[in-house]
Amino acid sequence: MTILLSVNGVNKRFGGLQALTDVTFDLPEGQILGLIGPNGAGKTTLFNAINGIYPPEEGRIIFRSKDVTWGKPYEHARMGMARTHQIVQPLNELSVRENVMVGACFGHENQDLGNAARIADEVLEFVGLAERTDQLAGSLNVAQKKRLEMARALAARPFLLLLDEVLAGLNSSEIDNMIQMVLKIREKGITIIMIEHVMKAVMNVSDRIVVLDYGEQIAEGSPEMIAKNEKVIEAYLGDPKLANQLLEDD
Amino acid sequence: MKLWHRYRGLILPVLVVGALVIWPVLTGNAANRERAFTILKAVALASSLNILMGYTGYVSFGHIVFYGFGGYVGLYLLTEKEWSLWAAILMGGLSSGILAFLLGKAILRLRGAYFALATIGINEAMRAFINNFDLFGGPTGITLNFSVYKAYGGAAQALQTSFFIEAGLALLALVLSYIVRTSKFGLGLLAIRENEDAAEVMGVVTPNAKTWAYVLSAIIPGMVGVLFFFKNGNVEPVDAFPLHASIELLVMVMLGGQGTVLGPILGAFAYQGLRGYLVTSDIFKDIQLSVSGALLLIIVLFIPAGAIGWLRHRLPILRRVLA
Repeated sequence: MTILLSVNGVNKRFGGLQALTDVTFDLPEGQILGLIGPNGAGKTTLFNAINGIYPPEEGRIIFRSKDVTWGKPYEHARMGMARTHQIVQPLNELSVRENVMVGACFGHENQDLGNAARIADEVLEFVGLAERTDQLAGSLNVAQKKRLEMARALAARPFLLLLDEVLAGLNSSEIDNMIQMVLKIREKGITIIMIEHVMKAVMNVSDRIVVLDYGEQIAEGSPEMIAKNEKVIEAYLGDPKLANQLLEDD
Repeated sequence: MKLWHRYRGLILPVLVVGALVIWPVLTGNAANRERAFTILKAVALASSLNILMGYTGYVSFGHIVFYGFGGYVGLYLLTEKEWSLWAAILMGGLSSGILAFLLGKAILRLRGAYFALATIGINEAMRAFINNFDLFGGPTGITLNFSVYKAYGGAAQALQTSFFIEAGLALLALVLSYIVRTSKFGLGLLAIRENEDAAEVMGVVTPNAKTWAYVLSAIIPGMVGVLFFFKNGNVEPVDAFPLHASIELLVMVMLGGQGTVLGPILGAFAYQGLRGYLVTSDIFKDIQLSVSGALLLIIVLFIPAGAIGWLRHRLPILRRVLA
């Protein structure tokens, strides 16, 4: 099992706020890692650190055996990392196809425009936006914009996909669709880290889960272990009975 | 057929510029030629500014600095080094490109209004610098010796030649604009315009892309500057770096539609036509700049996408021809 991404003792401070404390984990190729924790636990900050948006003060991030701790976001993208945003970031005045072409053109495969258009159409078919390719991205609704985020990231054909709350704001049938999509992406051999608040989904989909609370990594393990971990229950789920209930739901 | 498909967005712009060249040639009227010269100059400058402003989303309020700087370099080479006009034009463009490269490294990390303010500062600083720079003649500038025109068949012939070079530069500007618009590099610029952070996350190397957009938008203004001041016979700091001309360029780009190939061309056409009317009318001649200010306000408030942008929005079918 090759390690695709390794996060070693990452610390990140914003002024007096310790946003991340000694976060450490290894992510083997082909796995889905769930990243959970209460609001403000530092999940998105960890994504930003992995992604190169806010380099950490301490610690190392190794991606595909290269130290990328201080790399810029576009360097990470060109090495095969792609992400979606919690708050969708569509390129409003460009068409849906053009949005996705940006992902394909500037990702690690560095496609030309012709190939990028072809890949964009394939990916848009996959995420179910095929009928909207020529529409302006700004005219999509929230669920469609989330799919667009996904399509853009996938068009880069990344090795590592960072999904930041792709389920938030979706209704239950949209959630089911999105989960199926995530599983299909894994089948393609893409490694995924997903931040998620929808417990049922993250417990079902993840191979392993890392739990953050106030920037500290309080637990790491299989979904079953996490659901039984007392620290997690205390910090995150609050009521132990609720944890059982959530697991029984599926 | 395939060729026509591929370059159909270029047809209307080329037709407009072509008409501007043929009109004075057919009428054989020197006044018409001068009018067409002014419009072609505006087309070249506005199309260049559009690469930065329309495609990349960085509003340069002091873009005229590249025109003035290129003009100065060109006239210096023509008088002091006795270079030919062609070489001087190329060098003028190159110097402005280099200037943009260096400035870009410094100010393109600013965004929005801060970038716009910095560009005004640069224009004013450049004027103050040239005013005190003895090599370029300080406040009196550089005046061409009349004998320079002899090499081009005398002054009258030189005016004629200048007109055709201007037409060539306008054509070059719109071809460049079209190539950028339809290239992968251009897609990266559009992504930056829409959302710079998202573009960066998707792998657009934003510092490089922005710098090259700035450089590309500066080269042709530098060349136009050399040609204009060659034709003019002299260059002074006040004529080389007029801030109001920068703002007029913005109005042209916004009037026609920023981010489109055709927009700035139509904008330049319409604005110069309007201006020609205003400066000769009794009522408006003293307040023509206020009219452009009011025009800018109206565009920003009601049709921020400009004429072409508005049409593209209303009639999606036109998107294929109106690049």
